Amino acid sequence: MEVGFLLGSLLKIALLLGYLYGLLRVMGHPKLWVKALGVLAAFAVIQVALTDFNGFKLLNAFDQGLLFQAATMTMVALGLNLIYGFNGQFSLGQWGFYGIGAYCAADITYRWVNGDARGFLVVGIGIILGGLAIWGIGAFLKRYRGIPVLSSFTFYILGVVAAGFLAVKLGALLNPLFAPLLGTPANPGPLASGLALQVVFFFAVIFAGAFTAEISFLFGLPVLSLGSDYFGIATLGFAIVINTLMVNSDTILPFPEMKGGRGMIGIPKLTTWFWAFFFLLVVIILMRNLIHSSTGRAIMSVREDETASRAMGINVAENKLLTFVVGCFFAGIGGAVYAHYIGFLSPGTFDFLVGFNPLIIVVFGGLGSMTGTIAASFGWVFFLEGLLRVLLSQMGTEAPTWRYVLYPITLLLLILIRPQGLLGNVEWGFLKSVKVASRQKEAGTPPTGDAPQSIQEGA
Amino acid sequence: MLLEVDNLNVYYGAIHALQGVSFNVEEGEIVTLIGANGAGKSTTLRTISGLLQPRTGSIKFKGKEISTTPAEQIVRLGISQVPEGRKIFAPLTVRENLMMGAYTRTDKNEIEQSMQLVFSSFPRLKERIDQLGGTLSGGEQQMLATGRGLMSKPSLLLLDEPSMGLSPILVEEIFRIIQEINKQGTTILLVEQNALMALSISHRAYVLETGRIVLSGDAHEVAENPQVKSAYLGV
Repeated sequence: MEVGFLLGSLLKIALLLGYLYGLLRVMGHPKLWVKALGVLAAFAVIQVALTDFNGFKLLNAFDQGLLFQAATMTMVALGLNLIYGFNGQFSLGQWGFYGIGAYCAADITYRWVNGDARGFLVVGIGIILGGLAIWGIGAFLKRYRGIPVLSSFTFYILGVVAAGFLAVKLGALLNPLFAPLLGTPANPGPLASGLALQVVFFFAVIFAGAFTAEISFLFGLPVLSLGSDYFGIATLGFAIVINTLMVNSDTILPFPEMKGGRGMIGIPKLTTWFWAFFFLLVVIILMRNLIHSSTGRAIMSVREDETASRAMGINVAENKLLTFVVGCFFAGIGGAVYAHYIGFLSPGTFDFLVGFNPLIIVVFGGLGSMTGTIAASFGWVFFLEGLLRVLLSQMGTEAPTWRYVLYPITLLLLILIRPQGLLGNVEWGFLKSVKVASRQKEAGTPPTGDAPQSIQEGA
Repeated sequence: MLLEVDNLNVYYGAIHALQGVSFNVEEGEIVTLIGANGAGKSTTLRTISGLLQPRTGSIKFKGKEISTTPAEQIVRLGISQVPEGRKIFAPLTVRENLMMGAYTRTDKNEIEQSMQLVFSSFPRLKERIDQLGGTLSGGEQQMLATGRGLMSKPSLLLLDEPSMGLSPILVEEIFRIIQEINKQGTTILLVEQNALMALSISHRAYVLETGRIVLSGDAHEVAENPQVKSAYLGV
């Protein structure tokens, strides 16, 4: 039984990696219709595997849970890889931003299905006004040179707080317009069911991402000017603050529906495979296009050498902040998708110790490798949760504790054998830089003279 | 006058690194700053490119005051620095490194033209276009750093010790290319330890000693100066 299960699980992990490889390959295909068809097929394969055929499912409920967990973990870890792997800012706060995204989106939809549109309205209006405030203050401050970071931070926070206040007032004002159309959980109104609810869910995820991004902007602005190590400590502190706020969300924060440490229940389970796949693709595509743009090269050059980057004309502080905000945006999206899959949020999920998981995944997959992060997220979830938990539980009730022994040992071995991470610098299909590949063919003339062959040619 | 530096004072904390340095660079020239270690050569370049802030004094580029302009803006004005120790981006390919140099520019065709121009000066870079910067030899890295500096299409190129750690043959090649770049219309401000070589290709030179300019003039005059000969040229 155990051997069969072990082989089965390993096969599953291998199949998943093959699936990811195929997906990235087909996404990198030069023809658009092949791309579209391939992505559709990739979606359909899992969709069919999740479908119940008279009691027979290719992927059981447990595997399904792992799959969704892996998809959200990929989004969070990709964001962290952008911040830590590509930009070199050691952040331990990713998990806190993940939690913010989860709670934010959950609150929006929870209120919505309970006949209260304020969550949606306040967050929606708030992020737009907050974004405008940040943009306006930014444009205003750009005219002056040498403003201390903390002074500009004061401007930003005042602007955002004012925007938030306005949003709360506006939300309360507009709420009566929507409330009658929402109905009650037992008897949902026209806006709280069917397609309308799906649209609200879509916006809730986007809003949660944007909300997280704005929080990360306010947090990152003063903190990113610290050196890398201090930044790490500050972000760790941030994650702890967020967790404490979650535990006390019904007492010190005005959100009784979050139920503090008891955990938030009753979140509508709106994350279908379609949405998980959709947002996963969005994050992967955004990330890939960012990395292979001129901004992406700037992000990497800041990691390599800040002085040289400044000499190239890069505004290093702005570049770090942008990277941090985008990375946290991904975390927020991931959190929102997760919350609506699991339907229950507990502060324990967002404990800072668990927050090391994305960091481990990023290092495991290879710093600065998108493929590595994606593969490692899936591999890690299926290995730790799927394989070890089930396998060890068959050996006795206490045995699953051993997975936290086996798993660090695996990590240690990997770091010893492959310090550059599982995949190092390798990128699969879509994630490779397309331009370089096409130019290589174009400039197919062999090097002349006595120069030695370059090592990458023809590779 | 392309660049005018007037009474520049720069401090590292309490250390008075530049003590009233004044000099100028005319359009189309190669001007060299020579001096011993710690004389303030690199500090001067870093102050011009905005990486350091002067406490007092003025730097005028094309008649515009730039001493308080941030580094990223100075690149846009047309000053490009090739930093000391090359500082290429090791995990980026040669092409990506060059693209980084063109970070401030947007027109793709013009960037491509600049890249071809760099390749005509440094054919070796073209052979290694998809190789990672970190795998290049020291000389090739210097070529890459210089090429990267040219990618922003500067009117003034600041070169900080281009001969550092290179074999004599490579030094000669690099200096030949520097002259070539200058003939194509880029003004060059050069900082060098290798005074003999630098003076042989320059139009004018300034000698820095502990933060002050002690001698200036035509490059061959400076090279003939008995003090310079004994102190820097070892003859």
